[in-house]
Amino acid sequence: MSTHTEHQAPQGREPLDVNDPTLTRFDIVREGARRDDIEIVHYEPQVLPGTKAERRLTRVVAGFFLITGLAATAFLAIYIWWPWQYEPGRGGDKFYTPLLGATLGVALLAVGFGILTWGKKLLPKEVSIQDRHEGVVDAEGRTITGQTMLYLADELGVKRRPLLGISLLAGLAPVAAVAAAPLVGGLISQPHKNNQMFTTGFGAAEGGERIRLVREDGRPIRPADVSAGGQITVFPGIEEGVSNKHADSPTLLIHLRSSDAEQSRRANERIGHGDYMWGDYAAFSKICTHAGCPASLYEQQTNRLLCPCHQSQFLITDNARPVFGPASRRLPQLPIEVDSEGFFVAKSDYTETVGPDFWERP
Amino acid sequence: MKRRKFDLAATPGKAAVGVDDRFQVATPLRKLLNKVFPDHWSFLLGEIALFSFVVLLLTGVFLTFFFEPAMTEVVYDGSYAPLQGTPMSAAYASSLDLSFDVRGGLVMRQMHHWSALLFMAAIVVHMLRVFFTGAFRKPRETNWIIGSLLFWVGFLAGFTGYSLPDDGLSGTGLRIASAIMLSIPVIGSWVTSSVFGGEFPGTIIISRFFIAHVLLIPGLLVALISVHLGLVFKQKHTQWPGPGRTNGNVVGERMFPRYALKQGGFFMVVFGVIALLGGLFQINPIWLFGPYEAWVVSAASQPDWYVMFLDGSTRLMPAWQINIPIGDGYVIPPLFWPTVVLPGILVGLSTMYPFLEARHLKDRKSHNLLQRPRDVPARTAVGAMAVAFYVVLTLSGANDVIADKFQISLNAMTWAGRIGLLVVPPLAYYVTYRLCLGLQQHDREVLAHGVETGIIRRLPDGRFVEVHQPLSASNGHADGHGQLEYVGWVVPKKMNRLGALGPAIRGFFYPIEKPVEAPVSPGHPPVEARPEREEIGSGESRR
Repeated sequence: MSTHTEHQAPQGREPLDVNDPTLTRFDIVREGARRDDIEIVHYEPQVLPGTKAERRLTRVVAGFFLITGLAATAFLAIYIWWPWQYEPGRGGDKFYTPLLGATLGVALLAVGFGILTWGKKLLPKEVSIQDRHEGVVDAEGRTITGQTMLYLADELGVKRRPLLGISLLAGLAPVAAVAAAPLVGGLISQPHKNNQMFTTGFGAAEGGERIRLVREDGRPIRPADVSAGGQITVFPGIEEGVSNKHADSPTLLIHLRSSDAEQSRRANERIGHGDYMWGDYAAFSKICTHAGCPASLYEQQTNRLLCPCHQSQFLITDNARPVFGPASRRLPQLPIEVDSEGFFVAKSDYTETVGPDFWERP
Repeated sequence: MKRRKFDLAATPGKAAVGVDDRFQVATPLRKLLNKVFPDHWSFLLGEIALFSFVVLLLTGVFLTFFFEPAMTEVVYDGSYAPLQGTPMSAAYASSLDLSFDVRGGLVMRQMHHWSALLFMAAIVVHMLRVFFTGAFRKPRETNWIIGSLLFWVGFLAGFTGYSLPDDGLSGTGLRIASAIMLSIPVIGSWVTSSVFGGEFPGTIIISRFFIAHVLLIPGLLVALISVHLGLVFKQKHTQWPGPGRTNGNVVGERMFPRYALKQGGFFMVVFGVIALLGGLFQINPIWLFGPYEAWVVSAASQPDWYVMFLDGSTRLMPAWQINIPIGDGYVIPPLFWPTVVLPGILVGLSTMYPFLEARHLKDRKSHNLLQRPRDVPARTAVGAMAVAFYVVLTLSGANDVIADKFQISLNAMTWAGRIGLLVVPPLAYYVTYRLCLGLQQHDREVLAHGVETGIIRRLPDGRFVEVHQPLSASNGHADGHGQLEYVGWVVPKKMNRLGALGPAIRGFFYPIEKPVEAPVSPGHPPVEARPEREEIGSGESRR
C-alpha cells in the first residue's frame, strides 16, 4: 500500500475518466490537480463576464500596454535622434541618459503593471492545497539504497583488499597536487624581490647620488617655493618617480613655522633623527601606515595630518606619531637637505618601512 | 495523390503529441503547471535579488563589449574635455569612453551599478525575512547557508566590479584591499604580491579582477542561485499559519497562470525601477574622481554601501598592534582584526545559526510553517542585535560625512561608534525582547476581551468603560467572553479589520455597479472551510 493513495483517501473518490465527454475543461484541470495531490478548494472569478468592471479592467490593462508601446517608441526616437555626444557646458546632451532611463523605465513599468493587473484583477482567485509528502519517510527505500551502497563496497572489496584503497589514495593525492601546481606556481610571487617592500624611489640611485625631491610635474623644489605653514606633495626625481610604479614614494614636504619646527627638531633628536630636518622643513611619507591611503589633510593650526580613509591622525611635531584612529605606527620621516644648486634632495632612503604594516616588518 | 487537408487548428495539438511521443513530458509538465505556491508580499524580496541579477547579466554583457581591462598607460583624448590630455590607464580611459563616447553606454553602466546595489540590498532584506520568520529551520538549513554565501560572493562581485574602472576612488579601495591582505599574519606579504603580481599596484590586477568579475564570480553566483532555487522548488515554499494551513501542506495558487503572470509582471517592474534609477540618478561618476594616483585622495571616500560596514569596523578599531619579539620581531597590525577576523566570525556565526538554534532548543522537527517574529522573542532579539551591530558599523563607515554635515567633531563620532558598537546591540536585544512580549500580550488580550471599538460608555455609577467587540460568540462565561486560541497569525485589532467601515460600493465619483451577490464560480459550489480547526497553528510551544 503506497502512501500516495493514503493521502487521497480522505477525499474518498475514484479517479475520473478524463475521456468522459460530459466533463468540462475545468473538471479535467481539477482532476489533473488531484492526481498531483492538489485540491483546488476555492475558485472564484473576480469579475463576471460582460460587466462594466470587466470592460473597465480590460481598458486599464490595454492602456498600460499602449503606454509601453509609446514609451518604447520614444526611447528609440531619442536613442536615434537626440544629440548625445558630450559637449562642455549645459546642453541637450546632458538629458540624453535621463531621457533614455525615463522612457525605458516607463515602458518596463507599464508592461509590468499591465501584466500584474491582468493577473491579479482579471484572473479568477483561487486557493489550492498541495500535500507536502514530507513527513512520510520511505523507510524501505532508505534500507534498500543503503544496502545497495554497502553492497557496492563489498563488490569493490576495499575492506578485504586494503592495499587497493591505500594505493588509490596515494596515487590520486599527487594528481590533485598536479592540478593545483600550475595555478599556485604561476601566481605566486616573491614579495621581497629586490627588497621592494623596504625601499622606495628615494633609494633607487646608484653610486651614492642623492635624489631630488620633485613636484608632480617633475620640477625640483627650492626652499622658497614652500611658504611657512605650507606643504607640498613631492616625489623622487627619477624616471617614473611621479607614477603609480612608485606608489610608496609620495612624500609630504612641510615648511613648519619656526616654533613648531623647534618642537619637531627636539622630537627628532629624542629618537636619534637629529639631522632629518633641513631648517624648518620636514618630509614625511604620505602613505598611511594603516591601510596605505594618502594621509593628505594637513591641519596647520594643530600640526596634525589626517588620513581621510579611516581618520588616523598623526602629530607632525612629534615625529608624526599616531594620536588618534586605527593607525599604530608613525609615518616614516625622509632625511632631507639642500644640494649645491639649492634644490631639496633626500639624504638617503627612508630608514623605516613605508606603507601599511605586515607580519615580517622588523 | 490526394492532397491532405491542412487543419490549422489541429496543428498545435499534433505538435504536442509529437513532442510527448519523443520526450514523455506531459505528466511532468502538468506537475509543474500545477505546483502550488503560497503567496505573501515578504516572499517577493528574494525575487528582487534574482531579477536584479538577471539585469546585471544583461547590462554586464553589454559593458564587456567596450571595456578594456588593461593598466597600460594611455593619454585620454575622448570627448570629456576636463580630462583630455591626462595620462591614465586604458581601463579608466575605456570606462570614460563607455560613459561619453558609446551611445547609450552611460545608462547601461549606471543600470549595471544600480542593479548591483539593489541585488545586495535585496539579498540582505530577504535574509532578514528568512531569519525573523524562522524559515531557515530544518529542512532548509542548506538553503540558508547558500544564501549567506551568496551575500559574500555578491560582495566579492561588487568589489571586483567597482574596482575595474581604475578611477581615483576605486584605486584607493584597491590600495586598502592590498593593505588588508598584507595584514594577514605570516603569509600576508606573499598573498598580496601573488594577487597583485608584485608590489602594489603592479600592472595585472585589473585584468585579474576582470576575469574574476565576468567569469569566475558570475559562474559561482549562477551555480549557487540555481541550487538555491532548485531547493526552494524541491522542498516547497514555507507558508504562514492560517486557516487550513498545516505543516504538511501548501496553501496557495497553482504556478500557472496567475502566479507566473504575477512573477513576470514583478520582473518587469523591478527592471523598470532599475532603468529609472540608471537614467535619472547618477551613480559612481568616475569622471569626477580622475584616474587613480597613489598620492591623491579626497575626504568622503566611501565604498558602495555593502562594503561600508567593513570600512566602519576599520575606523573604529583602536590602534592595538601586537608585537612578537622573536628574531627581528614580527607584527600583527590592527587592520587584521576588523577586516579579516571580523568577517570570518560573521560568516561562521551566520552560516551556523540554524544549527546553533536547533541545538539550543533541542529541536529536530521539520518546520514548514513560519513564525511571527513576536512569537519567538529570543531569536527576534538576537536578530535585532545583529542588525544594530551592522547599522553602527555602516554609519561609522560614513562618520566623516556625518561629522562634516552635522558639525560634529570627527573624534567624537569615532568614539560614539566605539561605544555604540558595545552598547547599542545589547540595548536593541532588550528593547526588542520586551516589545515582542508586549505584542504577544496584546494579541492574547484582544483574543480574550475583543477589539477596542472606540465607543465609551458611561455606567450608571458614573464610571466610563470602553466597549469591546468580542471576536467569538459568548460561551456562557459570566463576563460574556469567549475563549479563542492564538494560532500564530495576525489577530484583528481594529474594527475595520472586522468588516466595519469598509467601502460600501465601489466607484470613485459614482457607483460603477450595484454590489453583486457573492460571486459563485460556474459549476463549483462555494467551498466551506475545512472542519479541522485544531490543526491550525504553528505547532510550536509558545514562550
